[in-house]
Amino acid sequence: MRQRRDLTMAESARAPTGARLDHLLVADMVEPNSRVLDVGCGDGELLKLLETRGVDGRGIELSREGVNECVAKGLAVIQGNADTDLADYPDDAFDYVILSQTLQATRHPRIVIEHLLRIARHAVVSFPNFGHWRIRLQILFGGRMPTTPNLPETWYDTPNIHFCTIKDFRELCDVVGAKMEKAVALNAWGRPLRLNAPWWFWNLLGEQAVFLLSRRT
Amino acid sequence: MAETQLTDDRDLREREAEKPHSPVARFSADEPLKLDAGVELAPFQIAYQTYGTLNAARSNAVLICHALTGDQHVANVHPLTRKPGWWETMVGPGKPIDTQRYFVICPNVVGACMGTTGPASLDPKSGQVYGLDFPVITIRDMVRAQAMLLDRLGIDTLFSVAGGSMGGMQVLQWAASFPKRVFSALPLATATRHSAQNIAFHEVGRQAVMADPEWKGGRYFAAGTRPHRGLAVARMGAHITYLSDAALHRKFGRKFQDRQNPTFSFDADFEVESYLRHQGSTFVERFDANSYLYLTRAMDYFDLAADYGGVLAKAFRGTPTRFCVVSFTSDWLFPTSDSRAIVHALNAGGARVSFAEIETDKGHDAFLLDEPELLAIVRGFLDSAAQARGLGPAAKG
Repeated sequence: MRQRRDLTMAESARAPTGARLDHLLVADMVEPNSRVLDVGCGDGELLKLLETRGVDGRGIELSREGVNECVAKGLAVIQGNADTDLADYPDDAFDYVILSQTLQATRHPRIVIEHLLRIARHAVVSFPNFGHWRIRLQILFGGRMPTTPNLPETWYDTPNIHFCTIKDFRELCDVVGAKMEKAVALNAWGRPLRLNAPWWFWNLLGEQAVFLLSRRT
Repeated sequence: MAETQLTDDRDLREREAEKPHSPVARFSADEPLKLDAGVELAPFQIAYQTYGTLNAARSNAVLICHALTGDQHVANVHPLTRKPGWWETMVGPGKPIDTQRYFVICPNVVGACMGTTGPASLDPKSGQVYGLDFPVITIRDMVRAQAMLLDRLGIDTLFSVAGGSMGGMQVLQWAASFPKRVFSALPLATATRHSAQNIAFHEVGRQAVMADPEWKGGRYFAAGTRPHRGLAVARMGAHITYLSDAALHRKFGRKFQDRQNPTFSFDADFEVESYLRHQGSTFVERFDANSYLYLTRAMDYFDLAADYGGVLAKAFRGTPTRFCVVSFTSDWLFPTSDSRAIVHALNAGGARVSFAEIETDKGHDAFLLDEPELLAIVRGFLDSAAQARGLGPAAKG
């Protein structure tokens, strides 16, 4: 799960209301007045945004400071870890589970996704796209593990141990039997790329992707 | 006759057991407390303190549950020790549990010795102090008695129930037994069951009391003795478990007490020895030895899941209560894993739960101390619960 760090470029992009653009995008995928679990909820900003939409929100966060900040804000957040603590939630405990910019830091992404779709009917998953052209070029011509403004840590310092591309993620969805309800690719500033573009286009030009998945019943 | 006995041969503390410096609710023979042991306690009384004002809707009451050696004097000078209340960092005007906003009630638990009926009280049947004739009580009995007190006070629903350690056990029992009467709950540094290690520590304490020849098989009042040495040793041992290796090292290290060199004797050469002896000797001035046996036993017997077929989540299934669970990194008596077990059960039961682990070297006692993060968390949790409950901001004091 996300450690506390400075916001990246995409995360700093804000709407005139002050809400983070990436949060608004995620929040728009969630039905108002539903029950939501935000895995890796950081300082609770997204949960606060969801609260304004009548959502009954809960959170899990790895960093102690993040949790304590959230609880002091009155949010129902517990300290925990996506890899180990999702197993404790009963089936269908929530309507939605959100995993925002956290999948790449988990030890077992497949098991995590399976748990998400077990404890909620829908899952919103966002992750950095390792198929972006800038990253491809760095490997191809630089011959080194890529760093970008949104992924600034070097390979030996990064908490991100399981990078994937949009294409890879779609494959995982097939493997775990998840249905892709919606998918959006974002540019470096957190703004959506044009819709109805082919997947290869998103995989090349999207810096991040947000997927709304649902369980195949 | 009882009155004469009190003034003649029982000291200040023992008078406190019968006629405390706080309000008392008396329950007659017609209102017995039904105990888990299968017997009834009647008549009995509950000594309690209150702070703040109950609002017109009777919706701002906060129940504080005290720990093993605590009492009802949460936020006032203690009548025996003259020390400040045991939770003044948390409870008071403008504090996280704000007495300008909430009506705070803290009862002395059944089995204790500060005015609520316990082994140091007079048995109306014999006219003598109960001693070991007092029935064994449980955490659930304590909570049942508290519920009777609230009925007496005309309070149906508690805005919150808060407590640490044995107090936290009562909080959990409250939430399990009376979910509709508890809007929010703060179980701190606690567990849903006492671990084998904790039972073991308690047993050492009890054996220390019983090994004191002055204990006289529990009939020390009649014999005119007091097992002060045994109780002091029990307290010394227990006190170590409330701290941590790091805290002891930070406070005392290997420093000598008022001397440069070891005396080559068994004097309290080390500061830590002197500190523990002081803890032991001051404790016996305010606590009854038999009460110590009964209350440690109540904690040992606590196993919330056992009442629900061994499935803890069943204790909280569908609970409307909001929970805030807090643990401390250096607490080895009620480690974070105990709090996690509570959180898992609450999550499995679909409860609204917050959980924070606070980093500190102060050990189990941290919940009683000035821990800014704890205070901020409790304040934030209660503020948001108050909003949900429709409670207004603090009255101007």
